[in-house]
Amino acid sequence: MSDKTVHCRNYNENPCSMCMPMGGILPFKGIGQSMVIIHGSQGCSTYMRRHIAEHFNEPIDVASSSLNEKGTIYGGEENLKKGLDNLIKAYRPRVIGVLTTCLAETIGEDIDRIVEEYRLERGLGQECSIIAVPTPGYGGTHFEGYWLALKELARLAGRVPKHSRINVIIPNLSPADIREIKRILGLMKIEYILLPDFSDTLDRPFERPYKKIPGGGTELSDIMAMGGSRATIQMGMTVDERLSPGKYLEKEFGVPLYNIPVPMGIEGTDTFLGLLSRISGHPAPEELSRERGRLLDCMIDSHKYNFRGRSVIFGEPELVGAMAATCIENGIFPVVLATGSKTEKLSRLLQPWLEEHHIKCLFLTETDFFTIREQAVRGKANIAIGHSDGRYLTEREGIPLVRAGFPIHDRVGGQRLLSVGYAGTAMFLDRITNTLLENKYSNYRSSMYRKFYRGDEKDAVPAGKSR
Amino acid sequence: MSAQPEKNSGLVFEERKDFILTKGKHRQQLKCEADSLAGCVSQRACVYCGARVVLNPITDAVHLVHGPIGCASYTWDIRGSLSSGPELYRFSFSTDLKEGDIIFGGEKKLARAIDELVGKYHPGLVLVYSTCIVGVIGDDLEAVCRAASERHGIEVLPVQSSGFIGNKSAGYRAACDALLRIIRPPEGKGPPGTKKINYLGDFNLAGEVWIIKGYLKQMGVDMNVSFTGDSRYETLQRAAGASLNIVQCAGSMIYLANKLEELYGIPYLNVSFLGLEDTAQSLRKIASWFGDGGITARAEELIERESARAGKRLSWYRERLQGKKAAVYVGGGFKAISLIKQFRELGIDVVMIGTQTGRKEEYETISEMVDEGTVVLDDANPSELEKFMLEKGAHLLVGGVKERPLAYKLGVAFIDHNHDRKHPLSGFVGAVNFAGEVYSTLCSPVWKYVGGGIL
Repeated sequence: MSDKTVHCRNYNENPCSMCMPMGGILPFKGIGQSMVIIHGSQGCSTYMRRHIAEHFNEPIDVASSSLNEKGTIYGGEENLKKGLDNLIKAYRPRVIGVLTTCLAETIGEDIDRIVEEYRLERGLGQECSIIAVPTPGYGGTHFEGYWLALKELARLAGRVPKHSRINVIIPNLSPADIREIKRILGLMKIEYILLPDFSDTLDRPFERPYKKIPGGGTELSDIMAMGGSRATIQMGMTVDERLSPGKYLEKEFGVPLYNIPVPMGIEGTDTFLGLLSRISGHPAPEELSRERGRLLDCMIDSHKYNFRGRSVIFGEPELVGAMAATCIENGIFPVVLATGSKTEKLSRLLQPWLEEHHIKCLFLTETDFFTIREQAVRGKANIAIGHSDGRYLTEREGIPLVRAGFPIHDRVGGQRLLSVGYAGTAMFLDRITNTLLENKYSNYRSSMYRKFYRGDEKDAVPAGKSR
Repeated sequence: MSAQPEKNSGLVFEERKDFILTKGKHRQQLKCEADSLAGCVSQRACVYCGARVVLNPITDAVHLVHGPIGCASYTWDIRGSLSSGPELYRFSFSTDLKEGDIIFGGEKKLARAIDELVGKYHPGLVLVYSTCIVGVIGDDLEAVCRAASERHGIEVLPVQSSGFIGNKSAGYRAACDALLRIIRPPEGKGPPGTKKINYLGDFNLAGEVWIIKGYLKQMGVDMNVSFTGDSRYETLQRAAGASLNIVQCAGSMIYLANKLEELYGIPYLNVSFLGLEDTAQSLRKIASWFGDGGITARAEELIERESARAGKRLSWYRERLQGKKAAVYVGGGFKAISLIKQFRELGIDVVMIGTQTGRKEEYETISEMVDEGTVVLDDANPSELEKFMLEKGAHLLVGGVKERPLAYKLGVAFIDHNHDRKHPLSGFVGAVNFAGEVYSTLCSPVWKYVGGGIL
């Protein structure tokens, strides 16, 4: 029941994606005592820092090898080594992520060799791990950068004795979502290794004295133990196998992999809890049952309002998949699902959902906001769900935007948005329902007046228009 | 409330010692305009950033970034530059280069992208920004643009802004070079003796160009074209028809001003419309250049009226802000210099001041102006900002988006003096806004609570 278009033009008009190294920074920020250096020109790290800082409202220190003309011509090795020296001097990190850029990859920097040489030259031992990740900006979007960095981190896992913990690998969620997943794991009495965990590092409390590297994050020793875990639960249905840390752990150490969607909505959260229960043998506690009941209550209370919603949902594939499923559960049927990344898996994942409810929906991959806007209008969308870059849908088309995902830079609180689990889903739904209601309340008087009193059919406000 | 001082006098990076000086303590000159130190987390951006900042406010141009997606993504409509009409500048176009384009070259894709965009938007001007890899894979931007220009009968200009060829200042220069190619020679001989001026180095953030245009109009002086806030292709072409250039953001525009003098004999004056003192002084400077009694009288009338109105409000703020200590870390020298004066108007001492791309002569001025003990630094990083804000007991930091969370985490108030702000800080109205913002952040009730715990 769904149409597919593949976006193929000679230019991108208003991007719906960011670049690979940007995505690679985020997992490293969720590792204990870690720092990142971008091997490229100074601007890359500065732009990415600015972009991330604006979303999380946190200081985002990311170093740069500050490649200049000389380094570009003769190789940037010296710059990178010097950069590592200075970075270590100022931050004393336990883990360093070295991410490359378009520039470094195009001039052919052999990053693994440089890092290896650096370790030997400086006599670096166990006190500091350096992980190199090839992330040319033209190689994919931030989504691929995020997962590739995670996979490279997973490669730190060693052959260790089997233990009872469960690996939980998560996509780019908000710190509030990560905290909720940890709370649920706690309620289920699961011992786990969470990768990555930026719930504290990118949403830290105000405290003194200021620490250059915030506390929290996945411990290196825990990552090393991931090879001995009982199972891996990876919230990565749309992740390519080449980039899948869970797949790597399965292949290398035989850790069984359970790939599941982000636990949003009734079905998504049921799947997560059911799986936890099955693996651990622990039943879900009464507290979670009550939360589920409350979510059902919320869904029933709002169902008629929600059924008026025609949604356009965009962002990283994994989140788009989870949000779309949640919307479908509640009758907020999507007319456009869009991502800047290249993926076939998103449409395959949602196909059964769309068929069940006979939903005609357009999938846009490798797309931009020009196309999303055009198709949202064509599909008569009246609610947009996604990150801040969708704001023109509101500004130009009057389609209200419920902000979700990354980045959110024109509102505060992106780091505090809670959308996972039963309780989080209820909050996510309330944000959508209330936006639909607000739009309705602010338009229905004038709309009915124009339509019936003046009898001006042409003037009647279309679903999404506020004018 | 102030940052808690810590005992830590040694520098984090020994190699940076020439870029930092404490007035009264060190005699040597501050080193600046050099490459950033790898690994120290410089706050600087790149050549592309500098070029984009200067050119993006041209409202009716297609701004096409030739490169991978990130460069266009991070600069899409992030600034507060306003337009009186066209909105095309708020769109971010990219050739979105992929692996194959890197291997086989991006020239053909670029040419097709230009063709499609011209067909769709019919612009008079297309600006094509080069990014790091374009400089490396050797796409001939100049040739592609020339051919496209001929094909469509419009101006298609390359902006040589590959990120690694220097710092942000090199980007300013690349932007000015593109602007120079837009400007047409004046018709007839030399600049006509009109009272038209060009305003260089204002990007119309929250309507700042309009504020200054209004002042000039009240004085009887017409603004010919502003570089580049709320400018259009057609008006930029007529820039050589002005009799005077006034330059605000000197860091980005002094090169263009010199070129315009050299090519078309248009003299320039340095001005600043940040703060009461600078605004009044700049308006007087312009009036006296024209040597016209009417203009001077009208300028004085305007200054008196506006200063009285603003002065009253500023003195209310001054009473409440007197004695506070400010730290400043901004992009260029002109802004830093103006801020010292503006803080002085509010009774606030500047205890730390630095810029990303300040020039030697600007740092000399800064060092002369500040008090003994003030730290002056070029191309700082978070470690140094933290260290000196704490050591100097700053209550407030002025900076951009990246510096803001650092200030807040240190429990220090913050002023956004960057390109994405949504309120004007220029002219008399801007001086009052500035004081209001300082008051709103320094005197907020939230600081009462940062010292304690639950019990």
